[in-house]
Parts: sequence; structure tokens; C-alpha cells
Amino acid sequence: MRVKGWLAILATVLVCAGQEAPAQGFAGMGEAVKGFANPDPSHRFAFPADHGAHPDFRIEWWYLTATLTGPDGTDYGAQWTLFRTALRPGEGTGFASPQLWMGHAALTSAERHLFAEKLGRGGVGQAGVKVSPFAAWIDDWQMISRASPGADALSALDLNASGAGFAYRLALEAKGPIVAQGDQGYSVKSAAGQASHYYSQPFYTVTGTITLEGKDIAVTGQAWLDREWSSQPLAPDQTGWDWFSLKFDDGARLMGFRLRDGGAGYLSATWIDADGTPTPMPPGALRLTPLEETRVAGRDIPVCWRVELPQKAVDVTAAALNPQSFMDTTVPYWEGPIVFSGSHTGRGYLEMTGYE
Amino acid sequence: MRPAVGLLALLSHWRRHPFQLAMLLVGLSLATALWSGVQAINAEARASYDRAANVLGLDGLPRLTMVDGSAVPLARYGDLRRAGWPVSPVIEGPLPGSDLRLIGIDLLTLPTEARLMDPAALDLQGFVAVGGEVLVPAGAAARLRLPDQPRLRETADLPPGIALADIAQAERILAAPGLSYLLLSRDAALPADLPADLVLARPAAGEDIARLTDSFHLNLTAFGLLSFAVGLFIVYSTIGLAFEQRRGVFRTLRALGLSAAALTGLLLAELLLLSPAAGVIGVGLGYLVAAVLLPDVAATLRGLYGAEVPGTLGFRPAWWLGGLAISVAGTLMAAAQSLWRLWHLPLLATAQPRAWAHQAASGVRWQAGVGAGLLALACGLGLWGVGLWAGFGLLAALLLGAALILPLILHALTFCAGRLARGVLAQWFWADTRQQLPGLSLALMALMLALSANVGVGTMVGSFRLTFTGWLDQRLASELYVTARSAEEAAELTAWLAPRTTVILPIWSAETMIEGQPAEVYGMTDHATYRDNWPILLGAAEMWDRLAAGQAVLLNEQLYRRGGLALGDLVDLPGGALPVAGVYSDYGNPRPQVIVATDLLVARFPDIPRLRFALRVDPAQSAALAQEMRAVFDLPEAAVLDNTRVKAMSLQVFERTFAVTGALNVLTLSVAGVAIFASLMTLSGMRVVQLAPVWALGLTKGRLAALDFARTLVLAVLTLVIALPLGLVLAWALLAVVNVAAFGWRLPMAVFPADWLALAGFTLLAASLAALGPWRRLARMAPANLLRVFSHAR
Amino acid sequence: MLLLASGLTKTYRTGDELVRVLDGVDLTLKAGESLALTGESGSGKSTLLHLVAGLDSPDAGRLVVAGTDMVQATDVQRAALRRDAVGLVFQQFNLIPSLDIAANMAFQARLAGRLDLGWLEELVQALGLQGLIHRYPEQLSGGQQQRVAIGRALAGRPRLVLADEPTGNLDEATGDAVMALLLQLVAQAGAGLLMVTHSPRLAARLDRRVHLAAGRLHTVEPLA
Repeated sequence: MRVKGWLAILATVLVCAGQEAPAQGFAGMGEAVKGFANPDPSHRFAFPADHGAHPDFRIEWWYLTATLTGPDGTDYGAQWTLFRTALRPGEGTGFASPQLWMGHAALTSAERHLFAEKLGRGGVGQAGVKVSPFAAWIDDWQMISRASPGADALSALDLNASGAGFAYRLALEAKGPIVAQGDQGYSVKSAAGQASHYYSQPFYTVTGTITLEGKDIAVTGQAWLDREWSSQPLAPDQTGWDWFSLKFDDGARLMGFRLRDGGAGYLSATWIDADGTPTPMPPGALRLTPLEETRVAGRDIPVCWRVELPQKAVDVTAAALNPQSFMDTTVPYWEGPIVFSGSHTGRGYLEMTGYE
Repeated sequence: MRPAVGLLALLSHWRRHPFQLAMLLVGLSLATALWSGVQAINAEARASYDRAANVLGLDGLPRLTMVDGSAVPLARYGDLRRAGWPVSPVIEGPLPGSDLRLIGIDLLTLPTEARLMDPAALDLQGFVAVGGEVLVPAGAAARLRLPDQPRLRETADLPPGIALADIAQAERILAAPGLSYLLLSRDAALPADLPADLVLARPAAGEDIARLTDSFHLNLTAFGLLSFAVGLFIVYSTIGLAFEQRRGVFRTLRALGLSAAALTGLLLAELLLLSPAAGVIGVGLGYLVAAVLLPDVAATLRGLYGAEVPGTLGFRPAWWLGGLAISVAGTLMAAAQSLWRLWHLPLLATAQPRAWAHQAASGVRWQAGVGAGLLALACGLGLWGVGLWAGFGLLAALLLGAALILPLILHALTFCAGRLARGVLAQWFWADTRQQLPGLSLALMALMLALSANVGVGTMVGSFRLTFTGWLDQRLASELYVTARSAEEAAELTAWLAPRTTVILPIWSAETMIEGQPAEVYGMTDHATYRDNWPILLGAAEMWDRLAAGQAVLLNEQLYRRGGLALGDLVDLPGGALPVAGVYSDYGNPRPQVIVATDLLVARFPDIPRLRFALRVDPAQSAALAQEMRAVFDLPEAAVLDNTRVKAMSLQVFERTFAVTGALNVLTLSVAGVAIFASLMTLSGMRVVQLAPVWALGLTKGRLAALDFARTLVLAVLTLVIALPLGLVLAWALLAVVNVAAFGWRLPMAVFPADWLALAGFTLLAASLAALGPWRRLARMAPANLLRVFSHAR
Repeated sequence: MLLLASGLTKTYRTGDELVRVLDGVDLTLKAGESLALTGESGSGKSTLLHLVAGLDSPDAGRLVVAGTDMVQATDVQRAALRRDAVGLVFQQFNLIPSLDIAANMAFQARLAGRLDLGWLEELVQALGLQGLIHRYPEQLSGGQQQRVAIGRALAGRPRLVLADEPTGNLDEATGDAVMALLLQLVAQAGAGLLMVTHSPRLAARLDRRVHLAAGRLHTVEPLA
């Protein structure tokens, strides 16, 4: 119990270090922080530099989700995430570095959801992100580039992680371009103008091996990488979000989210053609309707949704592969693979935060 | 007849004898009070270990260090983590400008078993970072003078001598060249074989501080039990008296148709009514006892083990329930015999106290048989027993055996005295004394336990004190001790001091693993100061020369005993093993320690801080030099110590350490006094029958009362005489068995006859106070009360 | 005169009530003479005996026993009188429970410093206590205990023997035997005897008889 207490407090440190006020919004992310850089709408992504860390921003993540299939057709999902949070803007050497890192890994099947967490600090080699050659790691979990010279560093990645009862080792190959979310990578999160820098690589094909309770299983599938950094992505009244990544069987992609507040919430979506051309959807275009709640980790969480995007004739019902895909980590949230059908069919990932 | 009416009839006895009721409640309350007081102290202390043993808990985890004893490079840490090693870095060192040891930790990777303190007590946001808070023990902030003052926060959750900071802050403050060591969780799976340049040290099970504190608590619990047993004697006496006096009522109630079962049930109900009431009072009193003693207990734990217990008392509902339960259980235990006798009381039995005494005599022989068995067991444990539990088993068997055999010994003594007595009165005195033994033996057993515990613990503490004082004189032979804040300052200091002192002796040390335990290695410079004074217990030929030449080492007694080492055995040190040339005493230090030549220390551990020095100067000049040194180098008060002050401080710690034992001793003895009083009051009812004929035959009441008074004193003195050798055996067991097992050192035993005289005085005082009431009662008794014996059936 | 009492009064407090037990008692007893003191239960005959024995002190009047003025006497003097001049036999609990029979018999004589082993042996024989002298009181029957009490009372050759219902706790046959022994031995010792009894039959065996009623003594003429 005491361990939990520790981590809960640590979570506060990770997301709102250096402040006296009590946490607001989900995990304290709704707070204004002085001294950190703010997202700039005129910024244009420059690679490979933007694949690396942005230590002047308060938070940042490298977020990969993969929908996988075993030789017998069994569905799996894998998550690999590295979070960065800064106590102060900038970098320092040794333990003087203000950068703290948190890694989450999970492996999900219809029956099991196994996950692990790692914490570490920057400056001492335990965790970090290197631009060239690209590598993101915490302890012995890593995401490293094996892209050929001249190609984008993220176009080919090796990924591994392990935890109690599970491990995976995946090879990723990008079959399409990197996609800037929002307005050329400037992703607005609230009517008040809260925003982040946000790009994705939603076109990975995956081959590799997962180990589930001691058994190695060869898998293939698709993966989606999200890169996002900001200093204050939520408005103070926003309590959490529901985020969808849908991979249609015809090759198109849809990213959509709803930031919950006291009212209707703030919805945003990007339609991505099969060739990677992104179309930001106007406000109100995306409709998200929770259909069914399940009791998960002591909370009621919607694990079945209706997702509508009339402009693209999308009207699907998305259901969790495993409703119990709860990440009971320092910052707890729901993250798991979904399967959808209706006007379109396909698979994707769903992330829900801030449910108490 | 309705039971309620019967109960009222029984209870009316107490209305007419309020003193007896008070006695019953006092006995039960005192027993419960001492018991629950000690329990309260124990519970409070144990609860605070959860908070306090935490930094110490770091010592309980496996750790990785470099084979050569150097600092672990930072990059090495990152590499190990990337290779999957679940290690957590620690930077540790003396906090400059203080007498604290700064421990820098990384909360993000710290193993969960090394929970440091109550998370609520830690402001994490202010902790994790360069410039983060440095936590120091309560009261320490004021006396610190740190070079560039970091933010300090005092917390009661830290043990004394320890400061805690984030590793980044510690790295900066200590200007550490690398990591002191890497912690692992206790059961961590290691991803690969250990690299050759690293050593893994697992803490030895016996090194656990919990074992040491446990032994202290065991001591306290034993004291609590002893006190409770002594208190129960009072309860037993009072209940016995109340039953005896109400025989008439019982007979009447039985004659009126109340069955034996119903009557026993009624008396049980009565006891169940009274005992919780006494229990509540007792727990309240126990709370007071604990509140008064706890600061001393805190000091004891601090002094003995460096474990921190806040000197304040929380409130735990478990005590109340426990106290009540023990009170009720104790009452029923004490009443069992009386209830059994009542159950079997013939309807029309006349009082036959002498017959009862005869019945008791066969019990005495049986009891003495068990006692002899226990004493034999104690002998066996003393000769062949090993370890702490054997030590405590020896103590228990010894005390209980002696207590059980006491009535027989007193019986024999009074019998012999009667045989030797010439006068008719003297013969009657001894015969009558012998007759009182069955009724008094429980109280006398209580007294003997209290007395022998007193002698035993007193002898142990006294021996300890004597040895400790002598040892301090030897260990602190140098006049001044100075600690520099940095290597540069150390260099300036020694240059400045060279013309002002006879000699400057470095006191440098390193941490390493010896025999699988974290140990200290000290360097010793060859000098007459040590050759003449160091407290050597065992020494080989040319010990000092071989030490100075770097060909041998000295061990402290703890390491010598626990390692089972002998002179000439090799001790593994980084850089090569060396033979043991001598053993010295090292009281108050639970850790293993090795002494090598200073040159050897520096060669084997090149990175150690070289900041401490002992200075030999003209004792008359030492105070002035200390003051000048502080002024010239702007040194904090604590950086320069003179040996007289250190001795005074050490002795002060020592005195407080045993203050609790002293207080409990006095309390137990007082309770034994109350037990005697209660027994005498119980007996005084029967006494009239025994004394009336003697009075009628020509003795005044005053004379009889004086003889009765003398009888109590004689019995108390006899008990003391028996308790004395027992106490000395007890002391021997504590010094030679329990201490060696618990602390690793054996102390020479000294005896303190002056203390015995004081104890005899106290015993006579307690016995006199106990006998005063019955004496006055007899001296003032109306003749009619005595005459009634001859004309009425009782 | 061994015993001389005149105008003797004694008042007891019972609860809130004052009871005048003796109200001007006059009594004399010569050496060698035996006197029976009879009366109803609670008439005060035991009280009178206790006053004479020096176990209690009178409120007023005159009482001289064996030359000691019992009205003026201190606690110590009364104890000395009990020890030196008086032999006492009570109804029960005469004996010291912690001492054996031999020690009990010799106790008072030794206390008075007048132990005569020949006489003691004679008493043991006469009382039929041979073989019992190493026993303890509670190991003896009631009759045996009373015989020991008589022996002890006479062992010091007291000038006055006081007996309070000495056979009251015994059956008639045993009581008669004990009584015969008492009278025989008192006569043999040449002591005066004052005996409290409620039995006219026993009273008749003594030289004189007085009856206590309403706090005063009345002489009872011996029946022819």
C-alpha cells in the first residue's frame, strides 16, 4: 500500500513538478507553468531533430500502439510508451538533469492485459532519446532506428520491452509518410487555445515475437506512433480525454479525440487518406457516443463506442478487445486495442484518461 | 432463591469492607498498569520502527560496490540499468560542517523495501532536484553550519546522525566523484553474471538491527510479565481474603438453597463485574507509566541501537482492549483456586486454617520439585546453550525455578532456626513464622523476583558502566579531535597545528565488506598514544610492530566473536587478506570493525576522505587551542571536540540508556511491597486464632504485634539473602550469555555491595510499610475480638 | 484471699446501645477453694471470668487477683498476672496451632520460668497424653485438646485456675472424664478454681456456686 502511495506522489512530481498548487485536470496537466516553452503555431517540423526530445517543453511522449495477430488468428495489442517530464526547462548533466522519464509497456489479448512501468532520471544514461542514430530507451526497454541512411529515422524501428509475465520484440516498417496532426502539426486542445505539437506515423507494418506467460508467439500486424510535446495541453476545466486511432481495412486512418469538460467537450479529428494526406476535420465533424460502460479497476469506463464522421460516411461501433485493458500505473488510465465494424471495419487503439 | 438476591448479599460484603475492595482494585490495576504500560511502550516503539528503521533499512539490502572500493562511475550506473540491472544509486558521505552522514538517494529507482519514511512526511516536489531539501533529524538544523546553506527541513522520522537528500543534491554537496554503491532489491533477479570489477554484498541475517531492538523489547516484555505476575499475587491474596471472610455468608446462602454451581456462578459474575473496572483504571495508569518512561525508552533505543523513536505517545485502542482482557484473565487465574475450593466447600464445614496449611505443605514439595527441575534446566542452558534465546531461556528458568523453590528453602530455614532457638518465645516465633509461609509465599516469591531482578540488572548495568568508563578513558586518549570540511582545509589545519601539538594522528576510515557484512576499516598511526592506551583484549606477540608494518590487523570484539576468528586467522580485505594480531573492545558499536596501519588504509582505499585527526597536546592547553582553532578556521563547534566532553556525552547517553531499567526496577519492587501488604491483610483474619492463645497465656498485644512486625522483616531479609546470589547469577547470565549473543561483547562482572545495602534498606522499608498496617491493627485490637475466639464457633 | 471483687461493673457497647453486663459484682475466693459461676447465656459470666483473668479491664469497682490490683494494672502487669498466677482453660481454641502438644503444654510454664519437668510428666501421665505429645493440635480430638489445655493451665502451678465452659464442646461422657481430671489435678496442685458453666450438674461438683443474673451475683445454697 505504501508503495502505491509513493508512486501516486511521484506521479504528481512527474507531471506538475515545481508547483505549489494542488493538481488540476488529469494528472495535473491542466496547469500553466512558467519558464517552459509554449507551442508555436508557426513551427514546422524539422526531422530528425524533432524526433528527439524538446527539453524546454514540460511534457513529451513517444507513444506506439500495435494491433497484432498470431498464427492462429488470435488478436493481440501491444503498447510501448516513453514519457518525458521536466522539473525545469532545459538540460543538465548527471543527476543535475531536470528531466524525468517514465516508460509504460503493455501486452493485451482478449483474456489478459499485462503491463509494466519504469521510472528513471535523465542525465545519467538510464533513460532518454538520442536523435542520431535514433534511440529512445528506459533501462533495457528500447525503440531504436534501423533505417537505411538517407531515410527517415523512424521509417524502420526495433522495439522491445518486458515485464512480469510478458515480453515482446517487434520490427516496424513504415509503409507511408509521417503525418502532421491538427494545423500542420499544431494540435489545438481547447476552445481557449491550449495546444501541442503533434505528429504521427500511422502506417507501420509489424513482424515480431511476443512472449506471453512463457510462450513465444510469432505475430504480424500494424502499428501507429504518436509524437507529441507541449507545456500545457489541457485547459484547467478539462478532466480527461478519449482518444481513438482507427486503421481502416482500406488503408485510410482516422485520429480523433474528445477532451472532456463540464459541457459537450472539445472534439477534434484528422482524416488520413491511405496515401498519408491528412485532412483536419472542422469542429463538430466528429461524434463520439459511449454505448456501454464496464466496471474497470473500481471505475466505470466506456469500453464500447459509436464513432461517427458523416463527412467521410463513417459510422462504426468500436469495442475493446479486452475491456479490462487498464494501466494501473503511477498515472492510471485505460489503453487497449479495439475492433470496429459498421460502415467500415478495422482495428485500432483507444485511450481514455481521467475516469475516477 | 433468586440469583440477583444472592449477588446483592455477596456484594454487600464490599460495602462493609471498602478497604478490601480498594485493595483488590489496586492490585489488579497495578498489575494491569505495569503490563499495559510496558506493552504501550513496546507498541509505540515498534510502530515507529516502520518510520524510523527506514534509512537503516538501506543497510538491509544487497549492494554492489567496485572491487577496489572506489566510487562507482556514473556512466557505469547507466550502462547497468540499460543492461537490465535493477540497481539504484546511492551517494553517501559525511555532511560537511556537521556530525551527520548525508545519504543521497534516487527515489525513482529506489527498491520498494527501502521505503525511507512516511511519504506524507516528505515533500517530494521540494526534494527531487538539485537544490532540493536536505532532511535532517529533529533538532539538528540549528547546530548545522553548512558551507552554502541548502534548504533544510527537520523531521522526526529520521534517525539521529543521518541527513537525507535527493541524489542530485547530495552529489553536489559532497562533490562526490561517483556513486558510493548501488542498491538492489532483496530478491532481485539478476540479468547476467556479475561483472568482474563489481562485488555484491548481501547483508548477513545476524546484522539486522531488528534483532537488536527485539532483544531490548524482549527485555521490556519480560519486565512487563514479571510486574504483572507480581501484581497478580496481590489479586490472589485479596480474592482469597474476600472468600475466607465470606465463608459464613456462603454457608448461609447454601443452606438457604443456593446450589454450589449457582454460588460459584455468582462469585464469577462478581469478579467479571470488578475486573473490567480495575482493568480500565489499570490501562489508564499504564498509559501514564508509559508516557513517563517513553522518553527514556526513546533515549535507550537511540543510545543502544541508533534507532529513533519519537518520545511521545500515541493512542492505540488495542491497548485498552488488551489491558482489559489481561485484567479479566488475570483475575480469573488468581481466583481459580478460591472458586475451586468454594465449589467443593462442604455445606457445614468449620474453619480449619491449619488443615489448609498442611494441604499446602504437600503442594510446596511438589512445587519445589518443579523448581529444582527448572534450575537444572537453567544450569544446562548456561553450560551448553547458544544464542540469545538460550540466554533468555536461562534467565526465565533460573528465575521461575528459584521462585518455586523459595517456600521450601524458607521452610527449612525457619525450621532450623526454631531448632536452634533456646527461648520459648523464640521457638514459638519460628514455628509461627513457618506456619505463615503458605499464606505469604506467593508474596515472598514476588518479592524475591523483584529483588533478584534488581540485583541482577543493577550488577549488569554497574559492570557495564565501570567497563565503559575505563574503556572511554583508553579509547579517548588524545586531548582533541578535529574534523576538517575539505581536503584543502585538512591540509591547512595540519600545517597550522604541527608546531602547536605533540603529534597529529589521522583518524581515517573506509567502508567495506568483511565476512559478508558491511564493516569499517580504520587506519591507525603507530604512536605511544595507542600502544599505551588502546583497550586490547587479546594480543599476539609484537602486535603493534606488525600492525605498524602493515603485516597484521586488529579486530573489534564483535567481529572477533561473531566471525569465530582466532589470532593468526586471515581476514579478507580489499587488496589482500591479513592475519589477526589483536582484539580490542568496542562497546556501543554494533558493526564489525578492523584496524590497519594508516599507510595500508590509504594504499588500499585511495579515495577515502582524509578529514579527521586526533591531536596530542598539553592537557592544560587543549581548551585554548580548541578555541583558537575554531576562530582561525571558522570551524563549527562540533568540528573540534575535546576528550572530556566526549566522555561526558558518552556517559550521559549511557545513563539515559539504563534509566528505564532503573525505573521499572523500583516499580516492580513497590508492587512486591503491595503484594506483601495484601497477603498480610489476608492472613490477619486467621492470625487472631493463632495469636489469641499466646496472648491469653501472658503476652501483651503490643509485644505480639512487635513480634509480628519483626516476622515480616525477617522473612523479607531472608528472601533478600536468597535473592542476592540469585541476582548475581542473573547478572552473570546477562553479561556472559545474553550480552554476547545480543551485542557481541562480553563484559567483566563487578559486584557492588554498597548497592546491596541500599537495596536491603529499601526492602526493609517496603516490608515495614507493608507490615505497618497489620501491626497497628493488632496492637489496637479490642480484647473482645481476641476473646471471641475462645467462645464462638467461627 | 486469692480473689477479691467488690462493686465490679463492666459496660459493653453493642451497636449504638450501651449494655451494663456487670453491675456491682461482689465475689471472693480463697486458695484451694473451687467456685462454680452459672448464669444464662449472655448474663456476663464469661466477662467476669475475663476480668479476673486480666484479659479485660473493669470499668469500676475493686478487683484484686493474687495480690494484683486489676483496676489499676497496666497491660504489662495484666500480662504478667496471666503468665505467672493464672491458668486458663477455654471452651475451645486453647492451643497454639503452630506448636506441638509438648511445646503447648510447657509453653506457659516456660514463659513464667517455672518449668518443672517432673510435674509436667506427671500431668501427661494423668491426662493420658502419652504418645500424643509430638502431634499438632489439629490432629487431636476435642476431648484430647481440652485435656492438653488443662495440662498446660496446670503446668506452671498457678495459684488460680480459670475455666470457661471447659467441657462445653464435648459430649457428656468425655466432658465428665475431663471434668474429673480437672478437679483432681486442681486439688493436687492446691490451686483455687473459678469455673464458668451453665450446667447445674457440673456446678454441683464444686465447693461453692454463685449465679449471675441481671449483672449481680446471687449465692446458690448447695442442694443437700
